Amino acid sequence: MKNKVDLIIIGAGPGGYVAAIRAAQLGMSVLCVDKRTTLGGTCLNVGCIPSKILLNSSRKFEEAQHHLADHGIKVGNVSLDLPQMMERKDKIVGQLTSGIDYLFKKNKVTRVVGTAHILSPQEVKVGEDVWQTRHILIATGSESAPLPGFPIDEKKILSSTGALSLSHVPEQMIVIGGGYIGLEMGSIWNRLGSKVTVVEFMDRLVPLMDEELGSALQKSLTKQGLEFKLSAKVTGFKEQKNKRVINIEPTSGKAETLEADAVLVAIGRKPFSQDLGLEKLGVVTNERGFIVVNERYETSVSGIYAIGDVIPGPMLAHKAEEEGIAAVECMAGQHGHVNYNIIPSVIYTNPEVASVGKTEQELKAEGRDYKIGKFPFLANSRAKATGETEGFVKILADSLTDQVLGVHIIGPEAGTLIAEAALAMEFSASSEDIARTCHAHPTLNEAVKEAALAVDGRAIHM
Amino acid sequence: MSQKVEKEIKVPALGESITEATIARWLKKQGEAVELDEPLVELETDKVTLEVGAPTTGILSEVLSPQGATVNVGAIIGRVREEITSELPQEAPKAKTLEAPAPTISEDVSLSPAVRKLVEEHQIDPRRLQGGGKDGRLTKGDVLAFLDKGKAGEIVVPAPQNESRVERVRMSRLRQRIAERLKEAQNTAAILTTFNEVDMSNIMALRSHLKDSFEKKHGVKLGFMSFFVKACLVALKEFPAVNAEIDGDELIYKNYYDIGVAVGTPQGLVVPVVRDANTKSFAQIEKDIAALGQKARDGKLTMEDLQGGTFTLSNGGIYGSLMSTPILNPPQSGILGMHKIQERPIVIDGKIEIRPMMYLALSYDHRIIDGREGVSFLVRVKECLENPERILLDV
Repeated sequence: MKNKVDLIIIGAGPGGYVAAIRAAQLGMSVLCVDKRTTLGGTCLNVGCIPSKILLNSSRKFEEAQHHLADHGIKVGNVSLDLPQMMERKDKIVGQLTSGIDYLFKKNKVTRVVGTAHILSPQEVKVGEDVWQTRHILIATGSESAPLPGFPIDEKKILSSTGALSLSHVPEQMIVIGGGYIGLEMGSIWNRLGSKVTVVEFMDRLVPLMDEELGSALQKSLTKQGLEFKLSAKVTGFKEQKNKRVINIEPTSGKAETLEADAVLVAIGRKPFSQDLGLEKLGVVTNERGFIVVNERYETSVSGIYAIGDVIPGPMLAHKAEEEGIAAVECMAGQHGHVNYNIIPSVIYTNPEVASVGKTEQELKAEGRDYKIGKFPFLANSRAKATGETEGFVKILADSLTDQVLGVHIIGPEAGTLIAEAALAMEFSASSEDIARTCHAHPTLNEAVKEAALAVDGRAIHM
Repeated sequence: MSQKVEKEIKVPALGESITEATIARWLKKQGEAVELDEPLVELETDKVTLEVGAPTTGILSEVLSPQGATVNVGAIIGRVREEITSELPQEAPKAKTLEAPAPTISEDVSLSPAVRKLVEEHQIDPRRLQGGGKDGRLTKGDVLAFLDKGKAGEIVVPAPQNESRVERVRMSRLRQRIAERLKEAQNTAAILTTFNEVDMSNIMALRSHLKDSFEKKHGVKLGFMSFFVKACLVALKEFPAVNAEIDGDELIYKNYYDIGVAVGTPQGLVVPVVRDANTKSFAQIEKDIAALGQKARDGKLTMEDLQGGTFTLSNGGIYGSLMSTPILNPPQSGILGMHKIQERPIVIDGKIEIRPMMYLALSYDHRIIDGREGVSFLVRVKECLENPERILLDV
């Protein structure tokens, strides 16, 4: 029958599109609605992917400028072709988003461009069409949180979206917010030539991560030329001679002003669920606007489910994907499950920062007895070979059972290295289990093994 | 300085057709001082539990096969280091423990590296522990907690969190073998049981009359078993099929009479054999049974003690059974079930009298023994028991 499906998914980001494919695999007829003409949501279009492309490109530019000579490679004068860099980025994003188009076709997922409005748990209106369905999955994600007094125009006052598409390198850039988005964007433009200043309200960077990672990262980024103003808030700005003059007020000390060509507002993201018609349906949201769900991802209204950034929890693509799969498996009568204790998070700065499980501060607050094993990349032969020796691996393990409780890495390929830790933790491994697992030589992963050995005070190479 | 020679602890020959055994438990711990021939380890086979003694005086330096491991005859299961010193150290150096070659216990269970190391060092059967990891896997913490709670190596099954109403324990090899053989007998033979009853008055009178002088002369108590063995011998000679066995499409009639006597032990039922019972006196039979019973309770029966009976006696009466249908002990064709002696009113010469009565049961393989033979056999046993002089006169 026309306009009738088993499941309507609103949002084609990593949570929504993965859920759509999984639902199709489980035999459901699926409609996926998104207002963008390209699939993949924030992540693929204006988030994780384009930022990683620019981080990589800018890293190469920086290397060519400053580091290739160390290797005995002379490149002469290095200059930047920003339009080409952006074009390459757009091309790769295009390839990836059309890849999802292909996956949708392959799995017979129907796709509609438009804004969805939920009429009832069985009806969704998109444009003029009304679709009948058995289940609805809200996967509408999040948007940049606005900062009062800083209206985004994506030219001079930027959100992350605008910061990924600048047509020229701003001379001076101020990043408001020392979280992962601000630090990644700040890194890109710093490498491409901007003078970047990061202003953070808290007294440290990436406040949700292990403190040691934050301070180590700040040291590395400072060395690269970024400037930090911590425990400070921005109170407003005024236009002055084609520059923006920002007022900064530290918690202690004197207020100051900073000039900037571009201001990036990266103070966080908030759930996006406007215009869906949730209030009328009685779908309950919490005080911060997140949709409340039960363990099966069903909202307060039976038949309507929600996953990803729009529900509580870390706003991460991989968390949304896991939830999307779990939610549709629950709809199909299976037991979908997400282990929220073991969701890795990564910051793609140089060095990279990656974390899974509990931080030392969390363990202290819980009053849990733990042991620490730490190993610096400086003592890792592979890191030496590639010349990326900044950072360390830190493993926290229970004093009694030796179970790994948290792993925190700052260093080369930290985002890749953390997968080993997550797998170990998913199987309740002890630090000794990691230490007794054969690791190839010479690899960066050996630093993980050595840190595991260090938990028991028996690292070999230190 | 001390001289050090290592001697191997080997699995001894266990008798014909027995090629492997299970380590029931180590009586000594690695590092403990042992003396020559001092029992070190208990092995369990299909038929017996036996102890292996120390090959020399010294230190039990290595335990290669942990509790629960299956070992072949001749296999080296450990080593004793001979130490010729004035004083034997209480414990071997710790480092030695770490060098022990990996035993095989954990190979068939998927364990994380740290867990594998721990269970092998402490000789824990990981299958006996409740895992708290993903899908019930054992974590290092589980094993540490277990070690903390109980002594290493002890067979303690911590109550599973949600299943405290049941306890899973692996069947001992002896128990598995008993189960297998009983079922094999039922599946193979056409087992039929015939009943009769015996008036025990005469035997009891004879016994009470002569038991003191018997014991004084022979140094062993006169029990009922020798009468039953003797009575069966009379009947077996008369009905040779009951002493025979089926081998393929042939019958083997045996001209010797090895009578098995079932004995209950803490480990399970064993049936040691009184050899050539037909050549033995009442006193010798009583002595043999007493000695075998003691060995069984001490777990010291050898394979020779257990092999090759031709007919079996089983006394359920000692536990109070009034009637039962014994299962054959293959490849034998007959088994006599004895029961409790109970005073019952019976009619003798038209009068009701109170007599000490016992029901008798003969289970036999109907493939080889006809009903007439089976029933007549049991009647013959009954007659001999009611009139013990018949045994003497063989009539």
